[in-house]
Amino acid sequence: MISLTVASLVIFFVVEVAPGDPASFMLGVNAQPDTLAALRSELGLDVPKIQRYFVWVGGLLSGDFGTSYTYRTPVSEMIAARMWVSLPLALYALALSTLIAFPAGIYAASRRGEAGDIGVMGATQLGVAVPNFWFAMMLVLIFAINLRWFAAGGFVGWDEGFWAGMHALTLPAIALALPQAAILARVMRSSLLDVLGEDFMRTARAKGLSARQALWRHGLRNALIPVLTIIGLQFSFLLAGSIIIEQVFYLPGLGRLVFQSISARDLIVVESVVMLLVFSVIIVNFVVDLAYAAVDPRLRSRT
Amino acid sequence: MRRNLIIGGLLTAVFVLAALISFVWTPFDHAALDIPNKLKTPNGTNLLGTDHFGRDILSMIMVGARTSIAVALVAVGIGMGLGIPLGLWAAARSGSWIDELIMRGNDLVFAFPSLVIAILITAIFGAGAVNAIIAIGIFNIPVFARITRGGALSLWQREFILAARVAGKSAARISVEHILPNVTNLLIVQGTIQFSLGILAEAGLSYVGLGAQPPTPSWGRMLADAQTLVSISPHMALMPGLAIILTVLGLNLMGDGLRDYLDPRLRVARL
Amino acid sequence: MSLLEIQNLSMSIHSYDILHDVTLSVDEGEIVAITGESGSGKSMTALAAMQLLPKGADTTGRILLGGHDLTQMSERALCAMRGNDIGMVFQEPMTALNPVHTIGRQVAETVCVHDSSVSRAKAEALAAETLARVGLPPERFPLSRFPHELSGGQRQRVVIAMAIALRPRLLIADEPTTALDVTTQAQILDLLKRLAREDGMGLLMITHDLAVVADMADRIVVMRRGDVVEEGQTDQLLRNMQHPYTKMLFAASSHQVTLPVAPKPEPLMEVQGVCRDYKLPRTTVFGAPGTFRAVNNVSFTIQRGERLGLVGESGCGKSTLTRALLGLEQIQEGTIALDGEPVFTGTKPNLNVRRKMQVVFQDPFGSFNPRHRVDRLITEPFHLLDDPPEGTDRQAAIAEALTAVGLAPEDAQKYIHEFSGGQRQRIAIARALIIKPELILFDEAVSALDVSVRAQILDLLAELCAAYNLTYLFISHDLSVVRTVTDRVLVMQSGEIVEQGDTEQVFERPAHPYTRKLIAAAPVLPDLHQEAG
Repeated sequence: MISLTVASLVIFFVVEVAPGDPASFMLGVNAQPDTLAALRSELGLDVPKIQRYFVWVGGLLSGDFGTSYTYRTPVSEMIAARMWVSLPLALYALALSTLIAFPAGIYAASRRGEAGDIGVMGATQLGVAVPNFWFAMMLVLIFAINLRWFAAGGFVGWDEGFWAGMHALTLPAIALALPQAAILARVMRSSLLDVLGEDFMRTARAKGLSARQALWRHGLRNALIPVLTIIGLQFSFLLAGSIIIEQVFYLPGLGRLVFQSISARDLIVVESVVMLLVFSVIIVNFVVDLAYAAVDPRLRSRT
Repeated sequence: MRRNLIIGGLLTAVFVLAALISFVWTPFDHAALDIPNKLKTPNGTNLLGTDHFGRDILSMIMVGARTSIAVALVAVGIGMGLGIPLGLWAAARSGSWIDELIMRGNDLVFAFPSLVIAILITAIFGAGAVNAIIAIGIFNIPVFARITRGGALSLWQREFILAARVAGKSAARISVEHILPNVTNLLIVQGTIQFSLGILAEAGLSYVGLGAQPPTPSWGRMLADAQTLVSISPHMALMPGLAIILTVLGLNLMGDGLRDYLDPRLRVARL
Repeated sequence: MSLLEIQNLSMSIHSYDILHDVTLSVDEGEIVAITGESGSGKSMTALAAMQLLPKGADTTGRILLGGHDLTQMSERALCAMRGNDIGMVFQEPMTALNPVHTIGRQVAETVCVHDSSVSRAKAEALAAETLARVGLPPERFPLSRFPHELSGGQRQRVVIAMAIALRPRLLIADEPTTALDVTTQAQILDLLKRLAREDGMGLLMITHDLAVVADMADRIVVMRRGDVVEEGQTDQLLRNMQHPYTKMLFAASSHQVTLPVAPKPEPLMEVQGVCRDYKLPRTTVFGAPGTFRAVNNVSFTIQRGERLGLVGESGCGKSTLTRALLGLEQIQEGTIALDGEPVFTGTKPNLNVRRKMQVVFQDPFGSFNPRHRVDRLITEPFHLLDDPPEGTDRQAAIAEALTAVGLAPEDAQKYIHEFSGGQRQRIAIARALIIKPELILFDEAVSALDVSVRAQILDLLAELCAAYNLTYLFISHDLSVVRTVTDRVLVMQSGEIVEQGDTEQVFERPAHPYTRKLIAAAPVLPDLHQEAG
């Protein structure tokens, strides 16, 4: 709660100190001073900054994000339309990344030092080093241009049906997910290896569990705790990463909205989108905290 | 795992060297247009081919390495310069309001993905290499503050720190004399990781046009230029991409190698 | 034929020799103890019997359980054997249980994993029954408890329950009580003994504590550096030791030192009504945080030239008191004064007093900055002096301190990792001595050392007492050590001093019930000289 307030203050004032007046930008260099003043008052730019801040925050709380300076449409509508691209993309990528990383990490940890482990680790080293937008371009080159399995860009919209939408998001999601999957797999492996060295794993073996049984029954859940932290962090990376990936695939998501708004000096849109991103990161971290408690009983009794 | 250190060190050295050499020599002038010679695939004259203006890609990559390395290095410097003192301070006053303030501030910065910070900064000051440095640097501060505090907190529990306190040394002096030298390993390893992340971030920012502006060459913008031509001239995208991958790979391998090399547990065995 | 027979077992890990030609046996219903100092290979022998050796271990020889050679068995057969034929109990109860599963589930798992046809309800019933057997009746300790809700001793009971749930023929216990307090230790040892006798189970105990060995075992095996040096029936071996190492080990365990006579009493440090509170984490957002009183109304005096002991179990507040005495933590009530001057003036520690006090800590590995050389390490207290010695004076002070603790002046140029645990503890003492303090605090200073090294350090202490007229406060949980190196002793329980008096008197005629309980619980070696004579 406090962090949200501070974040909103930071965002607002950082954006407001930006040079460039949206009104003069919209009217061009030769605008008449009185037209300019009229537009400024219409946009609500003539009141003191503090007052504008409270108007903005008050609006955020009631779901009213204000009106875009350039498009003259409610910001909430613009954001809502774009959300339906960016959020599914980030979630799709998160799911892919987890689905790839868990088996890879577990496989590598259970074969520590063997060829399989070295292979997986080598692949993740490479995965971490690949910039996702470059990887996206290569995916387009191979799967869209050469193989024609997917469209090279654009988004059909969910009106075409769920699967058509998912199909259009598949290449972007893979591009986003793979580098993150590489990081997650490494965390999963090292976390599992730490747990495998714990005393209670030896206790489990002394009970008569095989190495594999001990890993699944006792190792995995304990290894999950650091992995959850990384998944939480990754969500914020994925959201941010989607801003770039949307550029590669010409997806009409929040990222493109932000870039358009910056060049148009549409401050209120920039503020609102950034606020929304920060808000979702904080929410995700809250969910991760809840997940900790589900995994680890020691954290449950403390609250 | 000495192998990681050697391979990583070599790869890193190659790119640092390429960046340094580019100050005095490149195969061609990286900015010279040569339209008749455009979109050449790699050949004897242009080892890595030419772009849509006929510029030599190898020369551009060499000069671009300068930008990437400079941006990432300064950003790591900002992160270390501010993050390490903050982390040491928070650990020395662990549990107090100062610690709380520093850590909450960290969380706040963490809540802004680095790209969002960059967007905010460019929204204010406009795009450019300096602003990219600031954006990446700001994001590095909490990373170093956290890692320093974490390492320092466990050291503060150790008995040799108690012994130093019994010897009447102040918290500041203990932090500099005993804590800092014992977290350097952690910081060096994290430094190489942040360095490689900085290179990736710089490439991403200049790809979307928020990083270094023309005519300064940068790997990210070379990729942006290549995007529309990727079906005709894949090498334009391939070459700068490989440059990024190999540099980042080299730095990461070096980080892993350094971690193993500097690990005191392993060092005892080596001596 | 014996239940467990280890024949000519040799082992190396990555070509580093661990065991040579170890031969020993355990009969049904017999309690055999393997003892020895660190590095003797006793724990590896136990792990070899479970076939739970670290990767890279290379063994030769045979390990027969009921005639079947475990070294030749398949992994599948070994899994069926572990937990069913052999159960094992480990040293560290705090980490031996999976923190995310309930105790009931963990005990029931032993049952389920060996017979998948057993229903869940039946396995849980057996788990409850077993937990009751080890002293955790389900009425007070429901199966749904998590490990972190139990104390160390209770957790060790859970580990034992997991090991004996299927009534194995052999139980291996690897230092089962080393991590526990002395009163808890006595209960766990009684429990193990009772279970072994009730079930006719063979018990292989691994322990470094000779008093425990003498008290528990039917037969003793003494190991050193991977070799069995001596073995025999307990009373025979105790009466008639053959090997010089065995003799040395037993002598060192009951090592006594003679302290010089203390000078006439004259108060040095006076502690009056000291209380130390800790804030507890807030339970509600707005409620005031609760407090926990770690030290409650403690008063005592240390006389000049006196050797004072402070004994108590973990959590009794002795470490907190130590830190308060050193001026490292602020106290909430009371006064601590050295030579009439308070340790704390206002909220700042008083440097004038600090320079009269030094401390030696427990952990010989953690008490030195690994990056500094010995000369820099031991001269750290010079920081307290207004004009510390420089140049040749400094060299002379370093040489004197190192010589006093039995090291060479040349050692000043070495790094700390070049020294053994005992040598490090000598360096720690040199660091404390270098500014010739009026008072030295020994905080569990010999607890982490092997018995033979401990005996040497105790001798050093007695020598230093004679040479430097030391005054010290010796804080320890080990009653036998405190008894020999102190003139007077304080007994601490839950933050309070419950008894104080002359050491001999307190040990011979303890007045407080807690002191009596403590002394009764501490295992003692039988007086060997008398029996031998």
